[in-house]
Amino acid sequence: MAQLDLDGLIKDYGDVRAVHGVDLVVEEGEFCVFVGPSGCGKSTLLRMIAGLEEITGGELRIDGVRVNEQRASERGLAMVFQSYALYPHMTVRQNLAFGLENIRLPKGQIVEKVAEAARMLQLEEYLDRKPRQLSGGQRQRVAIGRCVVREPRVFLFDEPLSNLDAELRVTMRGEIADLHKRLGNTMVYVTHDQVEAMTMADKIVVLREGRVEQVGRPLDLYNRPANLFVAGFIGSPRMNLFDATVAGVEVGALKVKDAQGRAFHGAVAVDGLSPGEAVVLGIRPEHVLLSDHEEEDCLAVTVEGIEQLGGHSYLHCRSDAGASLTAHVAGQTALRRGSCTNAVLRRAFIHVFRKADGAAFERQVIGEAA
Amino acid sequence: MKRFLTRRRGRYRMDWMDWLSWGYLVVGLLLMLGPVLWLVLSSFKTETALAEYPPRLLPLSAVTATVEGHDAPLPLFDITGGEHAGRQLAEIRRIGLEAQMVDPAAPGETISISIDDRTPAREFKLATENYTSLFSRFNFMLYFWNSVFITVVATILTVLVNSMAAFALSKYRFRGRTTVFLLIIATLMIPPTINLVPIFIVVSELGLVNSPWAVIWPAIATPTGVFLLRQYMLSIPDDLLDAARMDHASEWRVYWKIVMPLSAPALAVLVIFSMMWRWNDFLWPLIVLNRSDEFTLQLALNSFQGELQTSWSNLLAMTVLTLLPITIVFAFLQKYITTGIAQTGVK
Amino acid sequence: MSGIVRRAAASLYAFTFNLFERPMLAAQRAVGMRRVAWLFLLPNLVAFALFTFLPIGLNFVYALTGSDAILLADRPFVGTANFASLLDCASYLDPNSCRRDIFWRAVHNTGWFVLLQVGFMVALALVTALILNRDIPLRGFFRGVFFYPVLLSPVVVALIWKWVLQRYGVLNAGLEEIGAEPVNWLVRADWAFFWVVFVSIWAHMGFYVLILLAGLQAIPAHVYEAAEMDGTSKWRVFSRITMPLLMPTMVVVLVLSLIRAVQAFDEIYVLTGGGPGSATMLVLQYIYETGFASQPRLFGLAAAASILMAVVLFVLTLGQLWLTRSRAEGDSR
Repeated sequence: MAQLDLDGLIKDYGDVRAVHGVDLVVEEGEFCVFVGPSGCGKSTLLRMIAGLEEITGGELRIDGVRVNEQRASERGLAMVFQSYALYPHMTVRQNLAFGLENIRLPKGQIVEKVAEAARMLQLEEYLDRKPRQLSGGQRQRVAIGRCVVREPRVFLFDEPLSNLDAELRVTMRGEIADLHKRLGNTMVYVTHDQVEAMTMADKIVVLREGRVEQVGRPLDLYNRPANLFVAGFIGSPRMNLFDATVAGVEVGALKVKDAQGRAFHGAVAVDGLSPGEAVVLGIRPEHVLLSDHEEEDCLAVTVEGIEQLGGHSYLHCRSDAGASLTAHVAGQTALRRGSCTNAVLRRAFIHVFRKADGAAFERQVIGEAA
Repeated sequence: MKRFLTRRRGRYRMDWMDWLSWGYLVVGLLLMLGPVLWLVLSSFKTETALAEYPPRLLPLSAVTATVEGHDAPLPLFDITGGEHAGRQLAEIRRIGLEAQMVDPAAPGETISISIDDRTPAREFKLATENYTSLFSRFNFMLYFWNSVFITVVATILTVLVNSMAAFALSKYRFRGRTTVFLLIIATLMIPPTINLVPIFIVVSELGLVNSPWAVIWPAIATPTGVFLLRQYMLSIPDDLLDAARMDHASEWRVYWKIVMPLSAPALAVLVIFSMMWRWNDFLWPLIVLNRSDEFTLQLALNSFQGELQTSWSNLLAMTVLTLLPITIVFAFLQKYITTGIAQTGVK
Repeated sequence: MSGIVRRAAASLYAFTFNLFERPMLAAQRAVGMRRVAWLFLLPNLVAFALFTFLPIGLNFVYALTGSDAILLADRPFVGTANFASLLDCASYLDPNSCRRDIFWRAVHNTGWFVLLQVGFMVALALVTALILNRDIPLRGFFRGVFFYPVLLSPVVVALIWKWVLQRYGVLNAGLEEIGAEPVNWLVRADWAFFWVVFVSIWAHMGFYVLILLAGLQAIPAHVYEAAEMDGTSKWRVFSRITMPLLMPTMVVVLVLSLIRAVQAFDEIYVLTGGGPGSATMLVLQYIYETGFASQPRLFGLAAAASILMAVVLFVLTLGQLWLTRSRAEGDSR
């Protein structure tokens, strides 16, 4: 178990900078997820921690000790690869034992540790098979087992579930979470799937173009996205966003107008805002209420598409100003395509971002359950 | 049989193109294999049978019998005409158009027979002594061992050195990689035949002339081997190597525990090619191996056939023994060799 | 049994490579990860340097110096005298007009040899490949038959044919059987040349058949099916579909066989020794005889001849690169 310190980590490929000075602390025993769209540098960052990519600048410390110059094998980490990277010419048993043989562990101990890992991951029956004779889930477990036997200080996962089908992905998500609970190790997990990040992480690091956009607990990120990018990336379906202009500033409340001149109110900190400034208004689908009569903070919309999921429904609407808006409705809905209705944006849940740089204004209401 | 030969996967009967093709293939079969079979058959004939003209197809040799009163065995003849027709007699001597013959059962009586009335009695006999004397009189084992030594050692070193280079060129990113690769590819354009003189100078300066190493060292770094292995190794996912590195494997261990076993198909092709190259090598050994006790099989064969009083019986037997290993390898690995060549375009 | 052999081989393999484990690890630590690739390249580069790159330079040095001494220090600089000696001919079309050397005779022979051998061999290989590509039983067997001689050593090839062609050999016996005159095949110059070309084709054709066959099989079947739907005649299928699609492979075959033919030596040397006279002496044999087989050893002359041969090979290889490159561009378009 160990604490990871990333101190201004930089990675250059020739003239191209892939990672721009990442600062981060992963606490001991924490499950930390790097999430971001493809090409955001999350895998590069993970491989830099692993020792598979050279660190161009900054410092990486494990338990306070600088490891920039150490080789991958010397850092005491283990990694599950996206492709699993099981040695195809070795049996499951040999795959599990390979790393232990490399450090010249006595035979008896190797057998013991392999048996223990196999038991834990329910691989005992498959020990003498080759990887190609295993199903996707079994391969995944072997890849994890290969890390487990090594008793590493930190587990690294590089998009480990992306090759599995949807159902298996849910199961394996649970298994990895269990593993973390049982072993209590520090784990760093890379994914592009925000659902994985939300469900598994103690701490999420959102990355974009080699920069950290926000670090925080899953619900903090969901409730208080620091900027437009995080707001759009976390949450499914995405947060509704549309342009507006500041109309009035009061203490702890903001009045904005959209292009049509309709007024909305948001409970956000207003420091540094002045009337006339361009902002982006954000509201999550579950915070949009549909109403058959006009109210305050409301928008006339036409239903363009309906996703009936049984337990709840999503309605994809368009306002007369042309902005698209998705609304979450509990249960099933009687509305049809083409129906006209009113969408009320709940004042307490409105997010406001500065148009110029996308930064969020802090929301004032804390109780999210409301 | 006709059904089988005229069988086609399509729906139609054989047309004239098919018959023409078959004709071509049969002629081809005779032309390609005929001479080899003729060599093999001839190698089992005695020296006298080889001298016979016109030659006979099968290794038949004259039957002899020991007759009382004569020291040497006498050749037996079947009598085809005259009053003794149907008997088998031994010939003592020939006088003009008459032959003096004797019945082995009644050695006392000499019979005179016209030479037109008799034909030599023959029996089917494999002259295996052609082969056995190679071992007793001709030092065959020495040449065989020289050839095997060069073939095996050169192949092992070729595979080792080329696979190491291919590993470096396919699995590392480093400054100069492209340059080195182009340099190696460029040597494909420089066949060793145009460098005979200077390579000989280098080899003789290293003191290797008349040693098997003179054949082995210049042969180990083959551009084709590097190229073939590199292309194959490129297809091994880098993740596997990274996983091994995370598993505490040193780079050397990554190379021999992960990359080499996974390159087995390409290595097999290179092994087969290298064995073929070295076993069949002729010009270069001819230049650097001048002492007969360093000769490879090919050189020994060449020097025997050059001698004035060539003993064809032994020469043929030795030729057969030389083509035997390659033939056996081919019989078992035909598919492997042909697809290997078709894919790589290397010989 | 095979299990034991396999296990023994595996442990021998592991044992051998384990021996290098510690020195290689130490070397890896010493040079660092960034340069570890050079460690793996080193043996190969040393071998290339010693036996390919250094010799290229030496070749020129020896070609420009004279005498039969092997040490450079003992060899006087003679400029282009070696080349002049090789090329000292009144007319390059008539090898008999060369005063000092039989090199030009060898060039002449090689020219004819290349022309005839490559021409007939590529044509025959194409016919054979087309036939073997047909839907015929025993295809695999026949492919093996045509390929088998490729694997035989040149000495064996030469001896096989020497035995068939000798004055009292099976070919003459066959001719007499049908009432024709026997011929002393390898003693008459014109026939010796014929058989040199013939045997060389016999020995090498299978290789090109294999490559052409691979090329033919790479032509997708649906192209032929489309042609059949269009009611295309067999000849048109061949001339408008098969041949154009096979052309890239034909180019490879042509250039490869040209390069090989220019360097022909082994089986011819054993079969005829270049004789009768110098009727079948090719360039490589000239180099061998001048530099190694005759006394005094004229390294300079041999090196000069090598360089002239290298120039021809270089042009051929460049031609190949150029042709295959334009093909690659065609593919990507």
